[in-house]
Amino acid sequence: MNNISSITKKELRSYFYSPAAYIILGFFLLVTGWIFGSHLFLMKVASLRNLFGIIPLIFMFLAPALTMRAIAEERESGTIELICTSPVKDNEIILGKFYSSFVILAIAATITIFYGIIVSFIGSPDWGTIIAGYIGLLLLGGAYLAIGIFGSTISKNQIISFIASFFIILLFYLSDKFLYLMPGWLSSILRFISLDYHFQNIARGVIDTRDIIYYLSIIILFLYFAKQSLTERKYE
Amino acid sequence: MIKVKDLTKDYGNLRAVDNISFDIPDSGIIGILGPNGAGKTTTLQMITGFMPPTEGEVYVDNLNIAQNSLEIRKKIGYLPEGSPTYADMNVVDFLYFIAHLKNVHSDILDKRVKDMIRTYGLEQVVGKEINQLSKGFKQRVSLAGASIHNPEILILDEPTNGLDPNQIVEIRSLIKELGQEKTILVSTHILREVEAVCDHVIIIDKGKIVADNSLEEVQSSFHNLTQIYFEIQADTDRLMDEFKTIPEVKNTQLYDKEANIYKLYVNYAKDKELRPTLYDFIKKKDWVILEMRRHQQTLEDVFRRLTEKDQEDTNE
Ligand SMILES: Nc1ncnc2c1ncn2[C@@H]1O[C@H](COP(=O)(O)OP(=O)(O)O)[C@@H](O)[C@H]1O
Ligand SMILES: [Mg+2]
Repeated sequence: MNNISSITKKELRSYFYSPAAYIILGFFLLVTGWIFGSHLFLMKVASLRNLFGIIPLIFMFLAPALTMRAIAEERESGTIELICTSPVKDNEIILGKFYSSFVILAIAATITIFYGIIVSFIGSPDWGTIIAGYIGLLLLGGAYLAIGIFGSTISKNQIISFIASFFIILLFYLSDKFLYLMPGWLSSILRFISLDYHFQNIARGVIDTRDIIYYLSIIILFLYFAKQSLTERKYE
Repeated sequence: MIKVKDLTKDYGNLRAVDNISFDIPDSGIIGILGPNGAGKTTTLQMITGFMPPTEGEVYVDNLNIAQNSLEIRKKIGYLPEGSPTYADMNVVDFLYFIAHLKNVHSDILDKRVKDMIRTYGLEQVVGKEINQLSKGFKQRVSLAGASIHNPEILILDEPTNGLDPNQIVEIRSLIKELGQEKTILVSTHILREVEAVCDHVIIIDKGKIVADNSLEEVQSSFHNLTQIYFEIQADTDRLMDEFKTIPEVKNTQLYDKEANIYKLYVNYAKDKELRPTLYDFIKKKDWVILEMRRHQQTLEDVFRRLTEKDQEDTNE
């Protein structure tokens, strides 16, 4: 077993040994179920579109909640010294933490397939769009988590980590929301860096490599920042 | 086995470790003794590769830590200060996790974990969560983790801190046992710990080395001296210098001075009887002896004088 998978496995175990994973997944199920149900019964709309509209917002809380412990707690408790004096590279630590949080987020996303199945009994959903929507959710969620892992390296305090990650995500999410106020050259940049803009593209059912490359770039960039930050801050 | 050369660490304006050098031989238990804030932890963190030095070099088995950090980490077992563990894990899971991190080969993995459980007497707590254990057991779990990959070198940062007297005795005897096959570097602020377990002691204070000797040398260099405590009333500023003119006096230390009353120690070789000479000397100078007695020197005194600070044994 290599270093990354040892860390991933250990992190997954601690998610499920503590109430954290259950609370986070329960909260997610409750909110999505309520939104899906209210659309289904009140408005008689058999579609996942509303869900795909709201999950990116829920993930905005869920991702930093999943990652806030990652490095902050290791630094707070001193276990960072155990892990960083083992023959493990700093980027392996970051990746192990990232993968484990991604597994939990993917579980959350997978639960919602249940709603898709309900929809398919009632109407005839466009499975192509739904699958594209899931791919978009995983990419978007991955980007959120990479930002969250970075946020977790900047403070020993988990609450500060959460808030920092949340605001970075929010900034990237909202960056294309006030374009009418901006000059043209700036608005095209702001649109391009928007986490939401690319998700909307994918959720429409069009999987464009540019959108995929965008998310992968954000993930790699923030995991790199996280690694640099860990290397510099671990002994503070 | 470990060679530290001109090692320095600055935290902003604070020089926590100031240009220290020492060599650690291939076996034995070496103590790093110093009061709180002396720079022990900082030094150990640089040796283990946790933190890069501001200046200087560390070699382990002739490998330079700056270039071969991962290689060196495999040779070292490290117990950080406060013995951190993953409190939410159970003992076995923790040991397996650490073993994986230390790249223990899968062929011997189960055996190593079993060996650690036996060596450190963890049979009765294997399935328990670490945060439910007593401090003494937590410490053993930490030590088991530090030695699970059978490292040549063990580096232990204040391993008995916070334990009760019985637990201290247990951990010390474990360390002594381990020291029979490994090189152990153990830091402490407690002199008696060094006396109890170490063969060699490096005393540091304010980031600097103030002594680097075998334990016997440190002890004998003081046991070979007779020390006389004086309280003398004298109207001179040169009292200390005057004593140095007596050839048999090895050295003197001023303990305290108030107005014209000096409190001081005078040391001379044990095989001599210098008291009459000293008495005559003082009488001739017309000074007044208020008190004169032989002082039993302990290692504690040495340490106190070297580090110029009152030590408190918080543990014993
Ligand atoms: N991360 C840090 N940042 C700033 N100062 C530090 C840090 N760690 C230790 N120090 C300071 O460096 C000095 C040496 O500390 P340390 O190595 O922990 O000493 P010891 O382990 O001997 O008690 C102390 O004055 C301490 O306050
Ligand atoms: Mg210390």
